[in-house]
Amino acid sequence: MRRRLWCVIVAALCLPGASLRAQEALRPYAVTGDAITAALTGQAGDAMRGRAIVANRQLGLCLLCHSGPFPEERFQGNLAPSLAGAGSRWSEGQLRLRIVDAGRLNPDTIMPPYYRIQGLDRVARGLVGKPILSAEQIEDVVAFLATLKE
Amino acid sequence: MSKTLIAVLCVGSTIGVSIALAQRADTRRSGYQDMSKSVQSMQDDDTANPAMLWVRDGAALWTRRVGAADKACADCHGGVESMADVAARYPAFDAGLGRPVDLEQRINLCRRDHQQAEALAGESRDLLALTAYVARQSRGKPIAPSDDPRLRPSIDAGAALFKQRQGQLNLSCAQCHDDNDSRKLGSATIPQGHPTAYPIYRLEWQGLGSLKRRLRNCLVGMRAEPYAYDSPEYVQLELFLMQRARGMPLESPGVRP
Repeated sequence: MRRRLWCVIVAALCLPGASLRAQEALRPYAVTGDAITAALTGQAGDAMRGRAIVANRQLGLCLLCHSGPFPEERFQGNLAPSLAGAGSRWSEGQLRLRIVDAGRLNPDTIMPPYYRIQGLDRVARGLVGKPILSAEQIEDVVAFLATLKE
Repeated sequence: MSKTLIAVLCVGSTIGVSIALAQRADTRRSGYQDMSKSVQSMQDDDTANPAMLWVRDGAALWTRRVGAADKACADCHGGVESMADVAARYPAFDAGLGRPVDLEQRINLCRRDHQQAEALAGESRDLLALTAYVARQSRGKPIAPSDDPRLRPSIDAGAALFKQRQGQLNLSCAQCHDDNDSRKLGSATIPQGHPTAYPIYRLEWQGLGSLKRRLRNCLVGMRAEPYAYDSPEYVQLELFLMQRARGMPLESPGVRP
């Protein structure tokens, strides 16, 4: 009984810390033309991890709207261009800006801003202050998309 | 020279007329038209449509006396045929509250004012059953929203909400249901979002639910904070959606994937 009480108190003390971490500021980046040339993390991502993020419908969400070279994935969306050949069409820097905040290039785009927390309305309570993907995850996705050559 | 000009003008006006005709053609689609044949036939056959279980419950509730007034719906309204066009024109303006109310809220106002009974909880079996029973009476009738001018501010608010980007994914209703309808979002065909069949039996829910519940599903998908169950935004959206679907036949209670 007493142990359970302690668990509750410890959990309660940890919660504010958790939400503070969630509010952590995004890493700064510089836009050059239509690209973010430098990696958000300062180092290249992992293409294999990136592929898993792109295919994950709860995490990357990409295949809800895009299709791509994922023969094992059924039911790919067709709201947006295919990801096949993305690495031929765009540089890594161009891909990075289009994932981070495509609205900077086209304010009417349906593409969600994956690394923006400002200027959003009525974000679900648990997600306020959190980007859709972390800087590391975005670098992984950029590294993977860059391999999709046509 | 002038012959060429006349020819150009003729071709031009023919194109103009055909464009005008094409624009006039009704391209609206009920979600029914995007469903598989098997789900369509489930809706079409009353003995296979699971929503009819709620309709049957609603029929029993219609004549059950409740509340301090010991009155049934039937004691005031008579036969349910009196509800023939109600679901096709709701939400309606309630003078007492000074705001529009949806069908569920109307049923609860009747309970409070005439039956002196407790309000039924949103999405509860009894409220859905009564709503389905009443809405069933409008099946096949064209959606005919009220032209009560007092509804105008709420309809406009609903139209603005429909276009407002929301949530972590920064999406608006219109981006999917106006700009990308009939395309595939993952496995799902995006419907135009007409409220033609509520309350619906949604296979994903394994149960009956209101338009409000469906709107909340979309808001959660956009990673937006859903409005509280009794907030005016749902009625505003419904008012706008009913205007947008004006003239489309009501299928209630429908089945959806």
